[in-house]
Amino acid sequence: MESFTDLIPFFIQNFINALQRGSFYAVISIGYSMVYGVLMLFNFAHGDIFMVGTYIGFGIATLFLSLFAGILPGPVIFVGTVVVTMFLASWIGVFVEVAGYRPLRQAPRASAAITGLMIGIIFETGILILLGAKRLSFPPLIESVSYNVGGVYFTNIKVMIIIISLLLMLALHTFIQKTKWGMAMRAMSYDFLAVPLMGVSINIMAPLTFAIGAGLAAVAGILYGQAYPILDPYMGVLIGWKAFVAAILGGRGSIKGAALAGYLLGFIEIFVATIFPSTLRDLIAYSIILLILTFRPRGFFGMEHSTKLRL
Amino acid sequence: MTMVFSSSAFCKRETVIKIGINAPLTGDIPKVGEGTKYAAQMWLSDIEKAGGLEVGGQKYKVELVIEDNESKAESAVKANTKMISQDDVLAIVGPQSSKQAVPAGEVANKYKTVMISPWSTNPDTTMDRPFVFRGCFLDPFQGPVVANFITDEFGFTKAAVLYDVASDYPKGLAEVFKDAWENKHGAGSIVAFESFTTKDTDFSSQLTKIIQSGAQVLFTPQYYNEVPLIVKQAQELGWKGPVVGSDSWGSAETVELCGEACYGQFFSSHYAAAGAKGATKDFIDRYNEKYGYIPDDVAALTWDALRLAQQAIQDAGKLTGRIDKDRQAVRDALAKITNFAGITGNMTFTEEGDPVKCAVIVKINDKGEYEFYKSVCP
Repeated sequence: MESFTDLIPFFIQNFINALQRGSFYAVISIGYSMVYGVLMLFNFAHGDIFMVGTYIGFGIATLFLSLFAGILPGPVIFVGTVVVTMFLASWIGVFVEVAGYRPLRQAPRASAAITGLMIGIIFETGILILLGAKRLSFPPLIESVSYNVGGVYFTNIKVMIIIISLLLMLALHTFIQKTKWGMAMRAMSYDFLAVPLMGVSINIMAPLTFAIGAGLAAVAGILYGQAYPILDPYMGVLIGWKAFVAAILGGRGSIKGAALAGYLLGFIEIFVATIFPSTLRDLIAYSIILLILTFRPRGFFGMEHSTKLRL
Repeated sequence: MTMVFSSSAFCKRETVIKIGINAPLTGDIPKVGEGTKYAAQMWLSDIEKAGGLEVGGQKYKVELVIEDNESKAESAVKANTKMISQDDVLAIVGPQSSKQAVPAGEVANKYKTVMISPWSTNPDTTMDRPFVFRGCFLDPFQGPVVANFITDEFGFTKAAVLYDVASDYPKGLAEVFKDAWENKHGAGSIVAFESFTTKDTDFSSQLTKIIQSGAQVLFTPQYYNEVPLIVKQAQELGWKGPVVGSDSWGSAETVELCGEACYGQFFSSHYAAAGAKGATKDFIDRYNEKYGYIPDDVAALTWDALRLAQQAIQDAGKLTGRIDKDRQAVRDALAKITNFAGITGNMTFTEEGDPVKCAVIVKINDKGEYEFYKSVCP
């Protein structure tokens, strides 16, 4: 770094990098938080639902490209892929709830948490057996264009990821705040035991929550495939852990907390690697998060519910 | 320990030579495992066509025991232990990458079984292990080769390195390269030495630092699952210089996943498929015909390693049927091999079991082929 004026584009560059990184954490950690809000459990299969969503997105994108390449423009194929993938992946979420968690609703929470881990392993090895260990490359649906504005480099993909993530979160926020379903969800996260007595069916609310979480994760998967186009059956593990950290940091069950913490995590990771040697990145980044949790054990927007806490 | 040489008083004594293959069929680098397996099967079919392996005037049936090490160190150790103690293999070929070969070599040496790693370039694999050999050159040789090549080819003086700190091979090679480069251009000539951890996919902060550092070239000794991400992200962040790699780039899948972003880049390797001649070309043509793609360096080196094992077994003179004795005889024969004409070059073994051979600088041409660019000998 030669001078102060060089620092500004350098800072903005990292700021954009962090926004992209944080977008993935935010969108995925929302899935953790929503499920926690409604069912008081962390769905540890969520990272692998993200992975399955990415593979479904890959399949749909490949199918659409083989059918419509040259007929329809890239952005139309992209939107089509997102819509179809979201729909299919949400059924994966429903399946996980119905087959994995519903039979254990009365069981100790630890059993449910372990079930999540097992479902994750089933998904990973299932994809491995189904598609083999060969790496797949996510097809670029939208042609990447690089821009250079005053020494700051970014691509249209990066901008798209950031904007779509923000729009998704805005849509979810509206859904939760303005619709009857959303109200039921909020009520459930407020009091898990009393709300079913008011005629809100948990057998509808739980799968719906899982479906929305899985749908969001699948869109994140498609965006992820555009930014980092190498698919791997274990790709959901690490990002799943980190999104889980974000969900805790944001406050269990708080959706806006999860989103905010997701971005914060992205910023901490990127800027720690920028300031310190990159070898120490995760050590320092997660020490900072540990420190924050020491002072705010319930996270940013965590509610006081010591009596209902089941995990 | 039981013998496969199941001699019984009632039937004719039959000895089967078992060769163990320790390969990453699943995990991070499955393409490497596939190349290993295919090359081994091709070798076996040659042996079978000849009616078995002739040792001391007698023909023996050969079997392959293929174990998946999942690209994990602990599984590679387990696979070697199983093949040595349960399957009674005479020799082991593999594991390929140093991460697995270093710990697995310990087991092979302990149980006095010959192990030839075709692809592991980390010195620790064979160091102080009389039973462990390899089919390729070492990182302390490869690092300076790349440093010299960049200096001669481009005349650069400032280099950056990006590597995985959690994996033996990239970490070792990154450090060797750093030393070699700084010996040439003085302290501080490595302007950025950045790392990440296995499974990371976002390198934007490291690459932004590298670009900011004023580096003229980026050296990244990573595998084919990371190379495409690194090269593409670097270019998207405004990197204009060359990205140079090491032999881990040589997989058949690197270009398939990376596409045009990798065209024009260089890496050091063991052999170049485009423009090959003689036995190397025969191997490439046969492999391509059978499996439908050009074999990468792993397949070629595995082929050489198996043929080395074959020659050592034949040189041993005869098989006694006592596995520990035979293993010792094969090891002694292997250590004596000089001027072995492999398809990846001529080999003579040093004291440590490392071959003295040349490196090749490969250019990825604008058709995405691995083109021979330069040969660098020790």
